[in-house]
Amino acid sequence: MTFTRRTLLGVTAVLLTGCGTGTSAPTGPRSGGRLRAAFAGGGAKEVLDPHLANLFVEAARAKALYDKLADLGSDVAPQPRLAERWEPSADLTRWRITLRKAVFHDGKPVRPADVLASYARILDPKRAFRAKSSLALIDLANSRAVDDRTVEFALTRPFVEFPNALAAFGAYITPEGAEDFTKPVGSGPFSFVSFEPGKSALLKRNPDYWEGAPLLDELEFVIANEESARTNALLGGQVEYAHDLTPTTARANEAGGRMTIHRAPNSAVQAFAMKLDRPPFDNRDLREALFLLADRPQLVESVLAGSGQPANDLFGKGYQHYADDIPQRARDLDKAKFLIRKAGAEGLTVKLDTSTAAAGMVEAATVFADQAKGSGLTIEVAMGNKDTYWSDILKNGALSSFRSGAMPIETHIAQRLLSGAGTNVTKWQRPEFDALYATAVSTSDSGARDAAYREMQRSLHAEGGYLMWGFADWIVGAAPSVGGISTAPANTLDWARFDKVWLR
Amino acid sequence: MTLRAYASRRLLLGLVQVLAVATAVFLLVQALPGDAAVALAGDQPDPARIAAIRTAMGLDRPAPARYADWLLGLPRLDFGVSLVSGRPVAEFLAAGVGPTLLLAVPTLVLLLPISVLVGVTAALNEGGRLDRVLTSLTTGLHSIPEFALAVVLVAVFGVQLGWLPPTAVGVDLAANPAVLVLPLVVLLARPVCTISRLVRAGMVDALSSDYVRHARRLGLTETRVRYRHALPNALAPAVQQVARTADWLLGGVIVVEAVFVVPGLGTTLVDAVAARDLPVVQGLAVVFAVTTVVVNLAADVIAFRLAPRTEVAT
Repeated sequence: MTFTRRTLLGVTAVLLTGCGTGTSAPTGPRSGGRLRAAFAGGGAKEVLDPHLANLFVEAARAKALYDKLADLGSDVAPQPRLAERWEPSADLTRWRITLRKAVFHDGKPVRPADVLASYARILDPKRAFRAKSSLALIDLANSRAVDDRTVEFALTRPFVEFPNALAAFGAYITPEGAEDFTKPVGSGPFSFVSFEPGKSALLKRNPDYWEGAPLLDELEFVIANEESARTNALLGGQVEYAHDLTPTTARANEAGGRMTIHRAPNSAVQAFAMKLDRPPFDNRDLREALFLLADRPQLVESVLAGSGQPANDLFGKGYQHYADDIPQRARDLDKAKFLIRKAGAEGLTVKLDTSTAAAGMVEAATVFADQAKGSGLTIEVAMGNKDTYWSDILKNGALSSFRSGAMPIETHIAQRLLSGAGTNVTKWQRPEFDALYATAVSTSDSGARDAAYREMQRSLHAEGGYLMWGFADWIVGAAPSVGGISTAPANTLDWARFDKVWLR
Repeated sequence: MTLRAYASRRLLLGLVQVLAVATAVFLLVQALPGDAAVALAGDQPDPARIAAIRTAMGLDRPAPARYADWLLGLPRLDFGVSLVSGRPVAEFLAAGVGPTLLLAVPTLVLLLPISVLVGVTAALNEGGRLDRVLTSLTTGLHSIPEFALAVVLVAVFGVQLGWLPPTAVGVDLAANPAVLVLPLVVLLARPVCTISRLVRAGMVDALSSDYVRHARRLGLTETRVRYRHALPNALAPAVQQVARTADWLLGGVIVVEAVFVVPGLGTTLVDAVAARDLPVVQGLAVVFAVTTVVVNLAADVIAFRLAPRTEVAT
């Protein structure tokens, strides 16, 4: 009995302590301490070269060590960073960028030569950095340093959204000539201490950071590939920040008082992609039937465990240029049946390719196949290889699971919806759409630009290939002692912004 | 055949086996869908970008040429460089071996005494209550898969009670032995069951054998009969199982590595296959093949020494 009583006392003590931290007034930002942040990693192949960043942990480390000229704000519109301001020429082909007064960790100033060298490295034809396609419109030979704080970029075509390119994933500014990243030197809020690929990276406060020194003394990235391990490490007090948790974990731990859950809405879109260049979805009616078969609230509730919101077959809800005025689609089984019959697709079985390459895709495919029952069309879920999934669905099949992280709507269109786009999964190839895009990005008239974006989204909503059913929250768990975590969408400036985080 | 001649013949055969494994692994990874460039491109599978990555990695060279290069490096112990990171494969292996050994060696050191103790105790109480309790416990424990046991132990002792660290995230393993406790328990659980069952069976057999009866008739003390005469014979079959366990442990037990975040060889292998990083996969295949050959050879030699009448398979 003694044991039971003691256990009970222990539990009560824990509960009381829990209440104590819960009710005490939150203290303001405080400086000092080491934050340990657990991320999924890539094993020994992880690198610190910011231009090679690919994984979330690499992006977060690159952000701590380096700066870009611009980055994406919470509305996924570009904000100046190392660039203090930008000024396009009247014809939008020359951009004059004034650099902020910033220094690298070795004390050398950030100069136009560093900016030009970084971009030249990314654009090197013999290499394949991720930001290359975004920066490809820069005419480097005709770009130049105007003075020691001004760069002028020449573009190969007029482009009003050039700041999006400056904010591209991986477009970091490194010192001129940097090729060896074993001891990286950047201009970011933290400087390098040590790195073991696949295990950990230790960084320390950069007191001279141009935006003000971070609050933390030290920042340690640790790697735990399994979501359950990240959760356990957080619950066991081994880390203070666990990146990318599942909605189920969030639900289970939200009320426990041992971790706080931070949800970043609109971080990832969940979708199904239909290919327009082949049967059966070359038929517009059948695409609309699929749009009408999806029960989006049910998908959000079951697949995202409520951590998200229904989507309207358009990318980027809440982002700059998003067409809010298009009415939300809802399930309409009768109309879907009618359209399937009209398309002559009654009794047809369609394969839906999916894989575990992204969280929730397999579950969504299964739920959607179920929602299609009784419509006359049978959806058959086919599991693919997760390592090669994105490349496979680009070429093969007619219907596939799809998800995407945050990016400006302009980038989404440029990479996925133009006739010549490199990753055009839905094979949406329309000269009139390409022309609208060209208008949108080459006019300085913001009214004409908005009209073009609205027109493009209207046609995508009516007859496009993406059935976008939900926007997933990005979920981060933290110890109750951690303050200053932003809920900006993943991949934007304030996501994993450890220079703004503090420990109570 | 003398033991030495036998051992050298086995080693030579082992060399051929290792090469065969490496070749098979090369062909199998070639047969996997996609290559390192496709895996690296991930959700940005622009064909032009994939082609550029392929060129940068040297994947545009024919497969036989790449394989030949790799083979020529082997005698110099040059395992090549990782396609993805450009770091030498030897670095990957060295990084993974440490954590794997830190789990495997203590497990093996604890495994034998515990299993022998359990097995012998059960055998000496054959049919008795203790025997039945031990038998139920070992069969019961054996039926729990590693991941399930690991998850339960972490939830109870790591998170709920907070007695032991739940994972090894960001911890120097050698400096914090407490993080090894839960993984060791998980790794020991099933092998202790199998090996103690083998020891028990062997001991029961031995205790009822003619030579034990003869030894008792000669008036040797019971302790001497049990531990000098019966036990070594009872151990011979268990040694093979220990070898199999050692091989399993030295290959890196991925489930345990993943739950407890111990970045050993199993994790290295899974990461390398997911990235289609062929040179790393091949390097690991060589390490695993060498381990298997050496461990099995050692087991045969030990079994031969324990019970010399055991015929050595040739």
